[in-house]
Amino acid sequence: MSNSKILANGVDVYYGSKQALFGISMDIKEKEVTALIGPSGCGKSTFLRCINRMNDLIEICKVSGSIKVDNEEIISEKTDVVSLRSKIGMVFQKPNPFPKSIFDNVAYGPTIHGLVDSKNELEEIVHSSLKKAGLFDEVKDRLNEPGTSLSGGQQQRLCIARAIAVNPEIILMDEPCSALDPIATAIIEELIDELRLNYTIIIVTHSMQQAARVSQKTCFFHLGELIETGETNKIFTNPDNTKTQDYITGRFG
Amino acid sequence: MNNSIAKEKIVSLRKKRSLEDMRFKYYGFTAMCLSLAVLVFLLYTIFSKGYTAFQKTIVLLEVDYNQEVLKLTPDSSDEDKEKGKFFRVKKQAIENFFPDLSKSDIKLVKKLFSINVDKEIKDYFLDNPEVINTKQQIWVTAHSDVDQLLKGNSRRDVPEDRRKLNDIQLSYVDQLVEENRVKQVFNNFFFTKADSRHPEIAGVAGSFMGSLFTLFTVFILSFPIAIGASVYLEEFAPKNRITELIEVNISNLAAVPSIVFGLLGLGVLLNVFGLPRSTPLVGGSVLALMTLPTIIIACRASLKAVPPSIKEGALAVGATKTQAVFHHVVPLALPGTLTGTIIGLAQALGETAPLIMIGMIAFIPNIPTGLTEPSAALPVQIYLWVESAERGFQEKSAAAIMVILIFLFMMNAIAVFLRNRFERKW
Repeated sequence: MSNSKILANGVDVYYGSKQALFGISMDIKEKEVTALIGPSGCGKSTFLRCINRMNDLIEICKVSGSIKVDNEEIISEKTDVVSLRSKIGMVFQKPNPFPKSIFDNVAYGPTIHGLVDSKNELEEIVHSSLKKAGLFDEVKDRLNEPGTSLSGGQQQRLCIARAIAVNPEIILMDEPCSALDPIATAIIEELIDELRLNYTIIIVTHSMQQAARVSQKTCFFHLGELIETGETNKIFTNPDNTKTQDYITGRFG
Repeated sequence: MNNSIAKEKIVSLRKKRSLEDMRFKYYGFTAMCLSLAVLVFLLYTIFSKGYTAFQKTIVLLEVDYNQEVLKLTPDSSDEDKEKGKFFRVKKQAIENFFPDLSKSDIKLVKKLFSINVDKEIKDYFLDNPEVINTKQQIWVTAHSDVDQLLKGNSRRDVPEDRRKLNDIQLSYVDQLVEENRVKQVFNNFFFTKADSRHPEIAGVAGSFMGSLFTLFTVFILSFPIAIGASVYLEEFAPKNRITELIEVNISNLAAVPSIVFGLLGLGVLLNVFGLPRSTPLVGGSVLALMTLPTIIIACRASLKAVPPSIKEGALAVGATKTQAVFHHVVPLALPGTLTGTIIGLAQALGETAPLIMIGMIAFIPNIPTGLTEPSAALPVQIYLWVESAERGFQEKSAAAIMVILIFLFMMNAIAVFLRNRFERKW
């Protein structure tokens, strides 16, 4: 049994006066893939964005409760958001490479964090990150071309490489394949399986097959509440809650 | 049954709807043609009135650089040459312009020449000092009245007392034309000289430089302030009452009549701070205040147009807010920002009222060389010339309008160029 990496306890989120999450408590283990599933608007992305404090960008969003990453409270005024985010990478729903070269996209994180002292070091990090994201062989001859010139699936892997480059421990993925075709999706899913060896991954997805394929743990959200959480196998074959049962069999959502 | 009725209805209505389409297309086309026609008419009027200003009339004058008359010798130093009695040479040349002129005739002949002729005779001598004691045929500038007559801008068939040139002078001009002693050449004065009381030697160089210095001041003052203000308002300002109030007031300021900014300049910059009157420094400051809201609004729009996902991407890899904004959002917004600034500058270039308030309407016969020297500006120059009674200034004002239009056109071209250049990059 591995250690718990993220420990959420009674997380409430309000958008203005509307409550979006109701007392979410969750235990996420190290080096596992945890899938968050549930119908649209159930709060799974909101929860994901609490973990790296991206909700701070939304003025009206208020988060209370406790989330501990490596036993350190992150829902607090004192949290250093910048170093938190260097520890927790994020991949978004729509690929969002910077309008810069492929190299610069990956190099941006290490550069601003001052992780490298020389050009060679930077090149090494960029190359190894691209390799880890399974993109290096496809782009090694055109690292100076704009990242936006890549295909959708390649862009998403570029974004994964960009997240990996700052050497995070956790990677959050917010529906990373929803804008991609089945082939690109399969490649990313394979990649997630490989990344699991080194990173703790939390993935939000609408595709139940995807959750079943890539994750070890699955959490089912409904109307802002965490209904059920458990081993993926168990959730998809023998859920405890009837709502979970209804959702995974396609009766609603 | 019901189905066929529905089909019939659709068909009959379809005709009406396609007619509507046609009609709307036709309205649009008419509106466009109308505005094009007005534009062409405007440009035609300006051009047809103004193109003659690019030519000036010159007259062949025989000048005798006699050393006695000049009170110079071939060995005189350059300093002495400057002090030569060139007005006496000119007087002699005019007395001998036509054979056997009476005293009253000489007065009339003198009025055919520009006031600038003295200087032209002198300059010719200083450039060619070896002509001393020789007779030279020199082309000198004609008076504006002759110029206008030959360009056909003033009529000769009106009664003598309503003409600038009387019958005798007309006959002189005719004689000159017959003897080929008069011709029209490119008017370099228009581009190299500042304003003057004499139309034939009045030019736009002074006001052009004045406008350039003014725009420089506007750019230096408004660009950094506008960028700073719009980045702060768009990315950093807390969304509260005060911010909202500021935003509303910026929009309001953009609609304040420009003359109010002129009054502000008069009251505060000139009277309280005691900055020099009529200078590009003050004019530029006033116009910067006037254009700031416009530029801020344009900058904010282009900042807003940058997809938030880019900023999120930067924040997610651990950039600080400032880094995310200045590494990613601002560079992407730059083309729009530059375009907005140039449009603001174009607005400032054409503005007259505030400049009148701070005294840039003064008659300035010199070309300014700095920000703190009194100068005119192009739109004010046009205003001054249009107001002048002398016929020679009418074509000048049309020509000055052409200059300002070309200036504007070039600024817009630069804006388009910059936008395309920075956007094409990716």
